[in-house]
Amino acid sequence: MKALKTPLAILAALLLALGLAACGKDEKKEKGGGAGSQQSSSGPPIEKVPGAESKPTITIGSKNFTEQYILGNIYASALKAAGFKVKTSLDLGSEVVAYKALKQGEISAYPEYTGTALTAFFKVPVLKVPKEPAPAFEQVKTRLAKQQITALPTTPFENTFRLALSKQKAQEIGNPKTTSELKGKTADLKISGFPECKKRVDCLLGVEKTYGLKFGGFVASEEKYDVIENGSADVIFGFTTDGELTTGKYVTVDDDKKLFPPYNVSLLMRNETFKEIGPEGQKVIENVQKPLTEKIMGELNSRVDLDKQEPEKVASDYLREAGFTK
Amino acid sequence: MAKGGDVSIPLASVFSEFGGAIEFLFKAQPSDLDPNTKVGGVSEMLGLLLNHVALSGAAVAIGTAIAIPLGLYLGHHGKGEFAAINASNVGRAIPTLVLLTVFIAYIGVGFVPIMLALALLALPPVLTNTWVAARQVERETVDAARGMGMTDSQIIQRVELPLSLPTIFAGIRVAAVNVVATATIAPLGSVDSLGTPIISGNVYGADGRLGAAIAVSVLTLAVSGALAALQRAITPKGLKMGAEKPRRRFSPNLRRRETATP
Amino acid sequence: MTLAQVQIQKREGGTCEANNGFCPDWIADNLDRYVDPFLQHVFLTVTSVAIGFVIAFALALLAHRKRWLLPPLSASSQILYGIPSVALFLLLLPITGRGSVTGLIALVSYTLIFVFVNVTTGLDGVPKDSVDAARGMGLTERQLLWRVEVPLALPEIFAGLRIATTTTVGLAALAFFAGAGGLGEEITRDKGFQSNIAVAGGLAVLLALVLDLLILSVQRVMTPWRRAAM
Repeated sequence: MKALKTPLAILAALLLALGLAACGKDEKKEKGGGAGSQQSSSGPPIEKVPGAESKPTITIGSKNFTEQYILGNIYASALKAAGFKVKTSLDLGSEVVAYKALKQGEISAYPEYTGTALTAFFKVPVLKVPKEPAPAFEQVKTRLAKQQITALPTTPFENTFRLALSKQKAQEIGNPKTTSELKGKTADLKISGFPECKKRVDCLLGVEKTYGLKFGGFVASEEKYDVIENGSADVIFGFTTDGELTTGKYVTVDDDKKLFPPYNVSLLMRNETFKEIGPEGQKVIENVQKPLTEKIMGELNSRVDLDKQEPEKVASDYLREAGFTK
Repeated sequence: MAKGGDVSIPLASVFSEFGGAIEFLFKAQPSDLDPNTKVGGVSEMLGLLLNHVALSGAAVAIGTAIAIPLGLYLGHHGKGEFAAINASNVGRAIPTLVLLTVFIAYIGVGFVPIMLALALLALPPVLTNTWVAARQVERETVDAARGMGMTDSQIIQRVELPLSLPTIFAGIRVAAVNVVATATIAPLGSVDSLGTPIISGNVYGADGRLGAAIAVSVLTLAVSGALAALQRAITPKGLKMGAEKPRRRFSPNLRRRETATP
Repeated sequence: MTLAQVQIQKREGGTCEANNGFCPDWIADNLDRYVDPFLQHVFLTVTSVAIGFVIAFALALLAHRKRWLLPPLSASSQILYGIPSVALFLLLLPITGRGSVTGLIALVSYTLIFVFVNVTTGLDGVPKDSVDAARGMGLTERQLLWRVEVPLALPEIFAGLRIATTTTVGLAALAFFAGAGGLGEEITRDKGFQSNIAVAGGLAVLLALVLDLLILSVQRVMTPWRRAAM
């Protein structure tokens, strides 16, 4: 069968290479480099919750962007370490899809932002949302309780919108420090955001109205900082915890008129699951998110977006580095 | 909704999903993400349709503009057989998604890079068909023309091109259908098309996704059908596909296999 | 008690992958993430082509004898060909749900088109003289089909199989719209990252080429009397 030799050889070589790659997973060299480690309260190592294996499987969901994948994996891995049976259903979509899945029981829990919950689920007008994190969370908790959903205590970090520009562009328009200072300077600037941003009051629409800004155009893109890099846009809607903001290449402006509501993360969980995991399970969740400051969340995001690591690995590395797992 | 009856419930939900999708196409609805803004409806879909057609048209035009002269020249001189015949094979081996994302990652996003990627997609079918058709023009005809004193380029223009038109057109048809279908994923490169509600799923919702799938299918079928009708109309009676006597060197099977026919 | 140490990297420099470039080191470290999607892709392709081939071959044999079947079957394939794959995946979702099955259904449908057309054309291309001679020798219809017509149609049939296979690899890249996984999911996960596109895209193209060569080799083995056209 001489004719078959060549393609079979190529196929064999291909499979061999992939096999080696799959096996070589554990031998990856540790990424040294980098100064500073963030010291924060070390979580107590997660201990197995008695009876956890007999509880029904918990499904952790998430929305479809980096921070959500990481958080979803963190919660899932933490609960797994505590002995629960856990499945993940990450990458559900927008909050509308995720909330529906939660209400219908397709997932047991997913992490949501307090501001988003109020504006998206309960149609609270953006400007009427409490500006302080605590009252905003209380409102979320109360309203969700009526839906048989428990909102667990929030993360320390808040991830809100911040308009970002490249350092040069900022210099060109006089190094604005606040969004108000952008007024009158944006006519030639193109602004970019997720496609839905154009139609959202807590995104472009709100910025235009509240600050009276008129931009030279809106570029819909799933990428954020790439559009600045390739020149398609000058200003973007970044997140405070974006990995790229740690590189020092970009400048962000303050939301001085406090347009954006608080956006702390709370794990929203169906009541029955909340009961199943019991006080020990609840403690696991609360502990595991305590070290998540803006800086640390930014670091985790960077590992996915800049170092191109997988969210699952980043989550398990975080749990290890923070002392929750070995 | 009917209670009981295992078949009727799933069926009802299927109908309602498609119903919602069709409604999305015709009536603007509040976006899932912000009830104050509307998505869908005839005018938005028409805008996306126009973009889709413009993008596809430009790509096919450019691809054809390169492929026809190239194919005629190579075919006339009997050169480039390997490249011309295998252009389509190579083209088929590259997933359209990969073609687009290579352009996105290595060149950039926007109308021009995406249109160029689509033009590259349109090239192989037209090139292969043009080349084969030019080669198949009967030796005697070409010799007669040369005997009448025509130059090479005159022969190409006045003899081989007209005789090759039906086959070339078949290639253009394949190219056009492929491009229109692939333009569905153009929004990956930040170019709006009928595929925008599919790629930007969050904004447009499930109805939008399904509605766009229906719209894009209708468009592609319409384009395919229209071009088929056009082909029948322009094919001169004596020259219907398959009536040409293949040149000696090629087996009949080659022609059917190598020319791209859907 | 040790303090938790979450390593914060210094990122002022900008690494190769942060700039979305082509990074051999990163690729070597992360090749394992492409294994599962690649295997899914192989599964989707091979399974759908196998199923599609069997169905299309049977249909073509049927249509070869019962000519009245030809127009409707051809018409249906034309229509199916005109539906973009992304659309078909999405259109099937409400009916067959998310997952590999939906992906396979769509992919099988597209395979049917190419194989059916080529088997039919191949059988039709068998020279009438051969058919008559065979009949003259007393072969039954069944023997005629399997000992004369099909062997002579093999080049055409193989051509159809090759086209179907390479096209299916490409279509399977979009199967993630149906929730069926595959390399396309990895590609769109970070479509601006050159290394990602190079690996995932490269694997897809490689798969298409290898499968194509495989089929070509089988063809050469099975039809040694014909030099198979490349």
